[in-house]
Amino acid sequence: MLSYLIKRILLLVPVFLAVSAVIFLILHLIPGDPVDNLLKVGSSASKRAEIEARYGLDRPLIVQYGIWLGNVLQGDLGTSIVTRRPVAQLIGQVMPDSLQLGGLALLLSSVAGVLLGVLAAKARDRWPDRLVMGGVLLGSTLPSFWIGLILILVFSVQLGWFPVSGARGWSSLVLPVITIGLGGIALVARVTRVAMIDTAGRDFVLLLHAKGLPPGRILWRHVLRHAMIPVVTILALRIGWILGGAVTVEYVFARPGLGTTLIKALNQHDYPVVQACLLMLAIAVMLGTLLGDIIQALMDPRVREAIT
Amino acid sequence: MLLSVRDLSVRFGEVEPLSGISFDIDRGEILGLVGESGSGKSLTAMAVAGLLPLVGGRIAAGSVTFDGTDLTRLAEDQLRTYRGRRIAFVTQNPMTALDPAQRVGEQIDVVARLHRGQSRQGARATTLDLLTALRIPEAAAICDAYPHQLSGGMKQRIVIAMALAGEPDLIIADEPTTALDVTVQAQIIHLLGQLVRERALGLMLITHDMGVVAQICDRVAVLYAGRLAETRAAAPLFAAPRHPYTAALIGCIPREGMAPGSLAGIPGAVPSAAAYSAGCRFHARCARMTGRCRTEVPVPAERPEGGALACHNPLEVP
Repeated sequence: MLSYLIKRILLLVPVFLAVSAVIFLILHLIPGDPVDNLLKVGSSASKRAEIEARYGLDRPLIVQYGIWLGNVLQGDLGTSIVTRRPVAQLIGQVMPDSLQLGGLALLLSSVAGVLLGVLAAKARDRWPDRLVMGGVLLGSTLPSFWIGLILILVFSVQLGWFPVSGARGWSSLVLPVITIGLGGIALVARVTRVAMIDTAGRDFVLLLHAKGLPPGRILWRHVLRHAMIPVVTILALRIGWILGGAVTVEYVFARPGLGTTLIKALNQHDYPVVQACLLMLAIAVMLGTLLGDIIQALMDPRVREAIT
Repeated sequence: MLLSVRDLSVRFGEVEPLSGISFDIDRGEILGLVGESGSGKSLTAMAVAGLLPLVGGRIAAGSVTFDGTDLTRLAEDQLRTYRGRRIAFVTQNPMTALDPAQRVGEQIDVVARLHRGQSRQGARATTLDLLTALRIPEAAAICDAYPHQLSGGMKQRIVIAMALAGEPDLIIADEPTTALDVTVQAQIIHLLGQLVRERALGLMLITHDMGVVAQICDRVAVLYAGRLAETRAAAPLFAAPRHPYTAALIGCIPREGMAPGSLAGIPGAVPSAAAYSAGCRFHARCARMTGRCRTEVPVPAERPEGGALACHNPLEVP
């Protein structure tokens, strides 16, 4: 298991290099020059060259990448072109908000999604199943910004239970977490339901019944355990998605976060900030996948054996 | 009588894949339940063990009397005190019968803990005794293995140990050797036969292999398309089959000295439960078919020579 972990983490190194190269290069391929934003209209060519030299933009791409990567690995994410502040500081400010929101939304999706999925599978083709699956359809098709607006309208404006926007205190987290969590609940419930039904039809479950084990014990200890394997994979992939995909929700609730920072920086051609945000998202996806693989290995002795 | 099944019918919605099945099993006796795939053998087994609701079926008529109690009248939680404790099940495919994420020792232990109230240590001692009795070497090491680390024959022994751990009176074995190598098949069959004699168990052995039946069964019930064709003690049944289907099945057993290519098959296939024909369900494949077979259902009748027979034109007793 330990050697697997080390191997798995080492494998992340080339992935990280590739991802970082793409993140670095892609920004040089999209139209628009950040230097234009810094120059006054009608500035001289020498002024432009001076600015380019200051940000290292006059050097070959490969050198720029090398310098950037070296700095990143030392925790220096560069300086924002717009605010002239260190990017690391900016990311450090918004990261806790994003992690809090994403983490809670993930927790909500897993717990509620699994419970609803189990309920639907148990009541297969009867009304609780139909109700849950109807909800799943709604939850996965309605856009989250719309759900967010409706929630604000009902619970903040009409009932006044939660603040309309902002990121102050726990009460301001409730609505955004629900808004992001709903899509996850729908996804997890659907996968759980199918996996539960599939597992419940397997031979070994029949034999567990034949052994006279109580049905509740068979459901929670045996069937659910096997059904969780695909669910864990889905949840792991969702970690990165939740951090980056929360952008519309962050906008609706006017919350600071990685998503809003990224969009703002893109609009302003603030390269270092965009790069840092994308890098954070890529790292989140990589760590999420790693976590998913580890959990899967812990749950399935066959996987554990295949990898050691 | 340990188990007495009378006029058992099973329904899935409007379809009735099993009708009017009757047979008995005594202690220390092996009943072979035979027939081709689709004849209703496994459904009979699941009906006796009360497992039909899991696959969406139900007992529509008849009785399953086990040691004086009609199991069809019991509620599910009462029935559960029989399953695994007094009636044990050995499934067809040992490859898929065990929970892949649980060590096999624990999977056996749970039976003695659940049904016999044994402690963790006591149950493990029972398990080790059983595995040793089943001639499994290094039983303690095997207990710590996961199913995928064991061979098919070993897994089937684990499933049998699971069945024995509740000290049952009746074992239902649904094609326990079909998924195994021929050499291992013989070992498992021999093992089951020995257990029945030693522990005075009843064994319901489901198989489509008449060779296995000839080896160890005391009594045989032949099913065809969800109905009973013939039931009789094994020796006279093999010596003088009365039902043409029984005779055809026996004709499918390869024998020493047979000319190559002379092994008989039965032309055609078992109809599906949704497409059962009127009259005798075997008539389309039967060499002795007459007009009556097409319209009139042959009712199983007790025969003076013993057993029951459902045929309008049985073979003559020689």
